[in-house]
Amino acid sequence: MKSGRFIMDRVLVSLTFVCVIIAIIPLASILYFVSIRGISAMNLDFFTKLPPTPLQTSGGGMGDAIQGTLLLVSLAACIGIPFGIFTGVYVSEYGHNFFGRTVRFLGDVLVGNPSIVVGVLALVLVVFPLHGYNLAAGVFALAVIMIPVISIATAEALKLVPNSIREASVALGVRRWRTVLLVVANAKSAVATGVLLAIARVMGETAPLLLTVGTSYLWFSGLREPIASLPWYIFSWSTQPYAYWQELAWGAAFILIVMIMGINIAVRIVTRGKRISA
Amino acid sequence: MLSEEIKTAHEIYRDDEAQKHMSAGAKLDVRQLSAFYAKKQALYDIDLPIRANQVTAMIGPSGCGKSTLIRCMNRMHELIPDAKVTGQILLDGSDIYGPSLDPVEVRRRIGMVFQKPNPFPNMSIIDNVVAGLRLKGIRNKSTLEDVAKKSLQRVNLWEEVKDDLKKSGAGISGGQQQRLCIARAIAIEPEVLLMDEPCSALDPIATGKIEELIAELKTQYTVVIVTHNMQQASRVADYTAFMYLGKLVEYDKTDTIFENPREQLTERYVTGKFG
Repeated sequence: MKSGRFIMDRVLVSLTFVCVIIAIIPLASILYFVSIRGISAMNLDFFTKLPPTPLQTSGGGMGDAIQGTLLLVSLAACIGIPFGIFTGVYVSEYGHNFFGRTVRFLGDVLVGNPSIVVGVLALVLVVFPLHGYNLAAGVFALAVIMIPVISIATAEALKLVPNSIREASVALGVRRWRTVLLVVANAKSAVATGVLLAIARVMGETAPLLLTVGTSYLWFSGLREPIASLPWYIFSWSTQPYAYWQELAWGAAFILIVMIMGINIAVRIVTRGKRISA
Repeated sequence: MLSEEIKTAHEIYRDDEAQKHMSAGAKLDVRQLSAFYAKKQALYDIDLPIRANQVTAMIGPSGCGKSTLIRCMNRMHELIPDAKVTGQILLDGSDIYGPSLDPVEVRRRIGMVFQKPNPFPNMSIIDNVVAGLRLKGIRNKSTLEDVAKKSLQRVNLWEEVKDDLKKSGAGISGGQQQRLCIARAIAIEPEVLLMDEPCSALDPIATGKIEELIAELKTQYTVVIVTHNMQQASRVADYTAFMYLGKLVEYDKTDTIFENPREQLTERYVTGKFG
């Protein structure tokens, strides 16, 4: 006769296992169907050609959307990374005051901010003044979404650096800003992780793009012009009644997932075997 | 209450010619120093002249303020939010809290070794030793290598690590790490070396090595060491200061403190009756 505690233990362990399986089903099925249907859309044209007309049943591609997404994300990163890292450094290393705590609190609020709201902000601040959808507005929106994510990740990473490191540096007669650089160097893989995860997050953002970049069916033609993007094509083409466009939308979803997964794998590589020691 | 028996050193020496005599040859002269954590006062009017090229130990029970005092001596105390210091500490006659001295410059002249060995974990052994110089802007490779070798030899660590100089400073034993931290502190050629319980995280053999090293270092540096270990104070120190509840109870030659103290409180502490 097994004891009650033993049975309870087995029941709860089984329950956790069942919950894991149930939670994995949607994730696994997304990966499965997107891969199956997306891979069949892959060919050289998909990456290099502009979109086909609705009535075409072959040819054409999403070169413009791939270019657009990479441009949007890399330009947004150019703004979001420095602002995010400097804000995080301030909050962790200098912000032991009311202002610093307020910034930290706002960061926490903004991380959970619905991205469509940021889209509206960009619509009012950038789209309206420039009289139309444009790449700059999308870059602005994605950068605004990135900044709190990166700054909180940076602040948390720096807080994990033991204070003894700061004391050791200061006691050597090292200037404050050099001490801060040393602390950042000690946390660089954690900071890099935060940056990569923020990039992965904005890469799939759709709502703010709907309100900012429009779409073009053309290659990049300037910061003040509309530009295509992968999330936009997925949103728009998956609801069109043309089978070939739907197929290309599957392809776009596949490419987007592969890019985001690639970033997550990069995170694993960056942080592999690394831990900040005391 | 024991605290009522305590007079500050200042009170003891107030009308005493000995006070002037003691201050005369001081490398580091603590005068009327009080320290606070926010509203809480941790040190009360400390007067403590520390002699050049001697080892001065500070002893006392936990919470007596000895670590606070040593951290005031290179302006580390003020880094704690809301911490405050009043009074003076004269380094060769000029006040380290005065407007003419930059705290960064003070910390270059008064080095510090901490309770727990704290080498920079992302740096190799050799980079740890020259970290102070490099962060000060010295880039010349052969200069840095020379200083690293000399400093490691000075702390008797060279022979143990000379083949592993590129390995992480965090990968050696605790005792070796602490000697590495001492090497790092002396690489910038300070005049005074402060040690805040440098052996408390170490085993007896590593402790013995550090104590030998302290005796060697005093030929070149003025050493101040905080310890909660009275035997250690009696082994390494030329002068000993006994502190209790934020006040300096007695300060004299180590022999006098341990064998013939003038305060009853000191005698009761060094004979193990409390603390």
